[in-house]
Amino acid sequence: MDLFEYQGKEFFAGYGMPVSAGEIAFTVAEAVAAAERLGTPVMVKAQVHTGGRGKAGGVKFAADTDAVREHAGNILGLDVKGHIVRRVWIEKVSDIAEEYYAGFTLDRSAKKHLGMLSVEGGVEIEAVAETNPDAIAKIWIDPIEGLSEATCRDWVAAANLPEPAVEGAVEVLLKLYRAYSEGDADLVEINPLILTLEGSVHVLDAKVTLDGNSEFRHPDYSQYDATQSRDEREEAAHAKGLQYVGLDGSVGVIANGAGLAMSTADVVNQVGGAPANFLDIGGGANADVMAGALEVINNDPAVKAIFINIFGGITRGEEIADGILEAMERVEIDSPIVIRLDGTNADEGRAILEPHLTDRLMMQPTMLDAARRVVELAS
Amino acid sequence: MSIFVDENTKVVYQGLTGSQGSYYGLLNRDYGTQVVAGTHPTKAGTDVDGVPIFANVADAVQQTGATASCIFIPAPGVRGAVLEAAQGGVKFIVVITEGVPAHDEVYFYNALKRDYPDVLLLGPNCPGIMSPGKCNIGITAGHIAKPGGPVGIVSRSGTLTYQALYELKQKCVGVTTCVGIGGDPVPGTSFIDCLRAFQDDPETLAVMMIGEIGGSAEEEAAEFIKNHMTKPVAGYIAGVTAPPGKKMGHAGAIVSGDRGTAAAKIEALTDAGVHVGQNPTEAGELMADIVAGL
Repeated sequence: MDLFEYQGKEFFAGYGMPVSAGEIAFTVAEAVAAAERLGTPVMVKAQVHTGGRGKAGGVKFAADTDAVREHAGNILGLDVKGHIVRRVWIEKVSDIAEEYYAGFTLDRSAKKHLGMLSVEGGVEIEAVAETNPDAIAKIWIDPIEGLSEATCRDWVAAANLPEPAVEGAVEVLLKLYRAYSEGDADLVEINPLILTLEGSVHVLDAKVTLDGNSEFRHPDYSQYDATQSRDEREEAAHAKGLQYVGLDGSVGVIANGAGLAMSTADVVNQVGGAPANFLDIGGGANADVMAGALEVINNDPAVKAIFINIFGGITRGEEIADGILEAMERVEIDSPIVIRLDGTNADEGRAILEPHLTDRLMMQPTMLDAARRVVELAS
Repeated sequence: MSIFVDENTKVVYQGLTGSQGSYYGLLNRDYGTQVVAGTHPTKAGTDVDGVPIFANVADAVQQTGATASCIFIPAPGVRGAVLEAAQGGVKFIVVITEGVPAHDEVYFYNALKRDYPDVLLLGPNCPGIMSPGKCNIGITAGHIAKPGGPVGIVSRSGTLTYQALYELKQKCVGVTTCVGIGGDPVPGTSFIDCLRAFQDDPETLAVMMIGEIGGSAEEEAAEFIKNHMTKPVAGYIAGVTAPPGKKMGHAGAIVSGDRGTAAAKIEALTDAGVHVGQNPTEAGELMADIVAGL
């Protein structure tokens, strides 16, 4: 789950890292009031789950409360790469001498944690990696050994951080690693990590992605669930506990298993259609889950036809066919449905569906045939 | 022959007393797998349909000679269970459980590598492993596979694995071993581990590989195939239409920026001489054609 900058800073502060005082605001009035309490000048920063907000005009310096009013008014409602700004973070201004980059993430190939540190902060790290890869000092950390202070010092030296920043950087990086590992983060990034004119090392931005699978040992993470960016369809599916990702097409897709669901969307695309979603209903295909899935897809106005693609493994074809019919009795469906049922006892399952087939409910023998039929119906 | 497991593999089920564990554990036994024990910290001395329960894996190994473990316990307990299994003396550990935190996965992966380098871990979040006709550990329906070879299968996805087994059976192509390595970010067994084992297995004459978006495991596998494999490989990659930044069901199936895309993986595999199908059926047909020409 992705955290907004202000949530990330709270998360970092919980591990003792130095962040600026600030307040979150949902309206212009709240932004002005926050600035009055904090004392100007302040920064007005759009809170969105995407990069590039500075370029989009989502980060502004405000010398006084009039400027806060103007900038907050412009930024609230702003579209940053498809994300609409609903909240702004009002923060005390820092005096920046230098900007660095620091981050930790999992290196899936090395199967170790990867730390990255660079004196070229404040710009996209991907750009630095391309234009000047030597400016990024990398370390690989064995999760059993963790990050020792000695290793951290060597790392800071390797990154060529200037002398006045060394002590502060070591301290922040050790805390950042703790936040990353103890906090079960997929990613923590500080960009920029700054050296202030007064000579202290300070966290000026925060990008944090937490592992949703770790919620059992971090019950407080449920608070972030409500602030994930999901479209209306994804929100409805999430409420039903479904694995759903919204796409732009007109063919609703339901399949059992993540691989098969991805593959189904691909095949629709391959025969000239466009999937409206990815939806995995899991190994079985019982009536409750199927009804929930059909409901979510039916509420998507872009959907013109629905493709149910089920492969029976342990779950038998008869059970799957019964589940589909029962679900269809419970939900009124607007679009025609094409079913492909294969695997264990597929013949028995198809025999159950056979008497119910109409021009609204069709069956095709293979995944490819079904995809062709459903794309035809959707166009 | 088969890789990793065969008719002599004796399996202890950690979590056999739970609903999932008993359901699949007993199905595995019905298939012919030597299901020799289960574990539960407070239920030692009881049994599940005749399978004895021990307090821990070490006791089960000592009493029954178990050589492998299959873990069905909930995600919070998986890290402890994997370390218990390795410490208990089994040489092969299969973790079916879904939803294990990535930090736990990378921890026990490295712990096994350091302290128990001869132990092989499969999963987490995998369907298991089957050597048709000999041994089936996990949640794959045994009857959808034809025993005998000559094809070895390795896959990141459960249902696409079933699909592959089924398509090959329809075409009367047998399978030596089918390994589901799972859809998580840190799989214990990689594509390369399986490809190497298939290359060394005299009864496996061709390999089918099913990948998906996210990470670079398929690209690394392509490099291995190019340099070390003489046996033909057919493949399929799911997720061509997946948008960046979204997890497609599996924790590991995510395109980050322009990394981990299906297009890059397909290109790498094609470049390595792999016959890549545009959909699972086509991949199955390609595999059947290869087998027919052997």
